[in-house]
Amino acid sequence: MMNHRKITVFTDPPSVLACASAVGGEEANGPLGAEFDFHDPGDKFGADTWEHAEGKLAGVVFSLLMKKADFDHRRVDMLFAGDLQNQCVATSEGLMPYGIPYLGLYGACSTCGEGLLLASLALSVPGGVSYATVITTSHFCAAERQYRTPLEYGSQRSPTAQWTATAGGGFLLGREQTPVAVEAVMPGRIVDSGIRDASNMGAAMAPAAADSLLCYLTQRNERAADYDAIITGDLAKEGSSILYELLEKEGVFIRDRHFDCGKLLYDYGKQDVHAGASGCGCSASVLAAHFMPKIKGGELRRVLFMATGALMSPSSLQQGGNIAGISPVVALTHRP
Amino acid sequence: MMDQKQYADYVKKHAPSSPLLKNLLRAFWVGGAICAVGEGLLLLFSHLGMETKDAAATATVCLVFCSALLTGLGIFDYVGKYAGAGTLVPVTGFANAVVSPAIDCKSEGLVLGVGAKIFTVAGPVLLFGTLSGVLWGLIYWLLHMFGVM
Repeated sequence: MMNHRKITVFTDPPSVLACASAVGGEEANGPLGAEFDFHDPGDKFGADTWEHAEGKLAGVVFSLLMKKADFDHRRVDMLFAGDLQNQCVATSEGLMPYGIPYLGLYGACSTCGEGLLLASLALSVPGGVSYATVITTSHFCAAERQYRTPLEYGSQRSPTAQWTATAGGGFLLGREQTPVAVEAVMPGRIVDSGIRDASNMGAAMAPAAADSLLCYLTQRNERAADYDAIITGDLAKEGSSILYELLEKEGVFIRDRHFDCGKLLYDYGKQDVHAGASGCGCSASVLAAHFMPKIKGGELRRVLFMATGALMSPSSLQQGGNIAGISPVVALTHRP
Repeated sequence: MMDQKQYADYVKKHAPSSPLLKNLLRAFWVGGAICAVGEGLLLLFSHLGMETKDAAATATVCLVFCSALLTGLGIFDYVGKYAGAGTLVPVTGFANAVVSPAIDCKSEGLVLGVGAKIFTVAGPVLLFGTLSGVLWGLIYWLLHMFGVM
């Protein structure tokens, strides 16, 4: 199949006005702990169940975002948001009180990239929306219950398994010029590499990330070296290492400028998270808390943000289905 | 680019393997310790005057109780993570497999939550354990009837 995709390069790039993040206890204990805006050591965020806790987390991220931007939520024209729970119920539950026009998204762990892409496109339509927000969350306990085994079940994980982050990230985008601009966007393709092992999602997503990066660079006639950082969502240790090897076969070298949010969130030496973090809150919170300030400050001038998603459900896996990967590309630049 | 078969082989080779020796040693000592405790309880109950059959059942109940209690206190999953098959194979693993979904599904209500989902992990063991019990019982009965045993 020919790898050709429409890249939207904005002539009048939309901007990121503000971002916010909130995490759970495990994430707050990680190396980026101090950079997040809020954390709840008990992971409950004031709710009575884990599923409701993820909804509350989405609400916390949104209210923090409005507070940080000093922005009235009634001025938000469109909300692009999603999570990992069935029917994206955490998002609709948590963001319901604000009454903002809402578009629910599901891109597995790539939802943050999908949201930023759609929000940027919506903002680039003449006469269209003026302000859009993107909120994505994931919760370890809700995800374990839905995808894996009961929380108190005593079992061992494989070294390639990943740890769903209890985290959420939010972004407010608009048309006015700020130091962070969305230069270009390109949607991901559904890439099926035949992986069936839910304990190795890095391997399922790495080919999608390689596919998107190669397609993007070729079509824009650019090299990896044209970017200060290439940030993937949650390939973690295993997926990142596969990504390097897949790209190097095609003559693309990114090791010196690649960052994976799934590798940054936890301390491998102290936290028993196997290959690293995953979940759509992982890339969203790390982008919001760790990378956005660097782009804003000019430390990073051109960045490719490639959230990665593993498309599957427990039923599809039990019925012998493959885990496909997807990776949308969002190019962010520092505006002097 | 690789095809799916080539990629599957590549991924298999690429993935780090589980620390087999470490896992085996941990499973051996924890599993062995659980069995030793069981044996100790059996001797204790026999010493207290119970028949061997009753003492064995009581020892099992004690182990199940301890496992359920540790699951409820949120400790068992750490032990299970450490010991793997060492806690999974003895009766302690079965108790954990029943109690952990029960705790998990409490939020969905007593009937449709706990009632419906308590055996989501242990269900296959119960179903096929019961079925094979019936099957072997039948075979035993037939062999007995024809005078083989």
